[in-house]
Amino acid sequence: MSISDRVIAIIAEQAVLEPSDVSPESTLEDLGIDSLGLVESIFAIEEEFDISIPFNANEPSQSDFDISNVAAIIAGIEKLVAEKV
Amino acid sequence: MKRVVITGAGTINALGHSVPETLHAMREGHCGIGELEFRDVERLAIRIGGQVRGFEAEGRFNRQQMSLYDRFTQFTLTAAKEAIDQSGLNFHGELAAKSGVVLGTAGGGVSTWDENYRSVYEEGKNRVHPFVVPKLMNNAAASHVSMEHNLKGPSFTVSTACASSNHAMAQAFSMVRSGMAPVMVTGGSESMLCFGGVKAWEGLRVMSKDACRPFSANRNGMVQGEGAGIFVFEEMEHAKARGAEILCEVAGFAMSSDASDIVMPSKQGAARAMAGALADARINPGDVGYINAHGTGTAANDKTECAAVADVFGRHADSLMISSTKSMHGHLIGGTGAVELLACIMALRDGVIAPTIGYEEPDPECALDVVPNEAREAKVDVVLSNAFAFGGLNAVLALRKV
Repeated sequence: MSISDRVIAIIAEQAVLEPSDVSPESTLEDLGIDSLGLVESIFAIEEEFDISIPFNANEPSQSDFDISNVAAIIAGIEKLVAEKV
Repeated sequence: MKRVVITGAGTINALGHSVPETLHAMREGHCGIGELEFRDVERLAIRIGGQVRGFEAEGRFNRQQMSLYDRFTQFTLTAAKEAIDQSGLNFHGELAAKSGVVLGTAGGGVSTWDENYRSVYEEGKNRVHPFVVPKLMNNAAASHVSMEHNLKGPSFTVSTACASSNHAMAQAFSMVRSGMAPVMVTGGSESMLCFGGVKAWEGLRVMSKDACRPFSANRNGMVQGEGAGIFVFEEMEHAKARGAEILCEVAGFAMSSDASDIVMPSKQGAARAMAGALADARINPGDVGYINAHGTGTAANDKTECAAVADVFGRHADSLMISSTKSMHGHLIGGTGAVELLACIMALRDGVIAPTIGYEEPDPECALDVVPNEAREAKVDVVLSNAFAFGGLNAVLALRKV
């Protein structure tokens, strides 16, 4: 599975949706994921890829990690995974 | 001052997953204590306990709830549903705004602490699940009950070790009696039966390796249990006006502090709490037919408690009954007074006194009628429920037949 598919699978599980219902343009709000759901998703993604995501729930927009939509999240994770190697 | 009645009861513990199952087991003198089953149990010297068996959280709770509910919260929500269903209450409007939840627990989410410490210390992981804090906090159970049942009034958690749920119920009672709240959901829960939880108790060397035998001369310590007991305390006229079934009246309570030792019990502290509860309820000592003892099965507690009963009741101590149901369900620590209140309700409503099982040899220092080994039919109108905690914090409730 590609990084993109793996991230979408995690987000879909959190949103209680099928992966096919999660598009790159979807925002977390569109998917019904609230702030607790977001930190839980970030935890699951960190576990899946063994990376550390720079995200502070107090100021999500100031974090060095773009969560504006699914595509942005995937791009951020691809970058973190690439840096790890 | 308003009168306060109980209109709903719920439980889950080693004797049963509901009030009818638990009362049946108490009547039959069943023992819910057995071999503990959990990870690393082979590294413990103490391997028995009153564990809740056959409780599958999966299926009862959804994935999101599971990630937020420690086992003590799962027990609480299960028992709260039974209690509130029985009461027939639906909380909305003014009733919801004024009614709250006061629960007792000594340890809160002990297994959540245990699992996550294991993960970061033993397994060397550097990341924990984001909900560790909301899952382990001592007030998690009270908060989830308030959310689940729309209780928007005063809610909090009381933590006074083995007296936690009696202190909690005393608080709930005084809030309803004063008119502050028409209904309070109250009781307590505990779930310490995991490696770290039992290991900590083991260190104190007060635990029995084979059985809990309160008041018996050959008693050799306490046995831990787990579970929850939850009740609906309701203002009497409110309950009558809606035709609710009344289980019994909560007539009064008292709390006292030994102010002497962090673990050794005090006869005076216990006696002051019992005498205080009688005075608060305006009950003549001679009217008390049954006492649900704290009765832990330790050498110190049982003889001290019996001496305190003798001091408070004088010659009547020889004609009342006193039993410890911890012999059957184990010591639920912060939840114990709540589960034991069920034995009080059974005594008042059904005229059945739960026995002290495992009783083998009379102890001259515990020379009271401890209802040994078999339940007994007896008509009683007034009962007391004792809880005497480590730290010398005591809380006694007085209940009356309605």
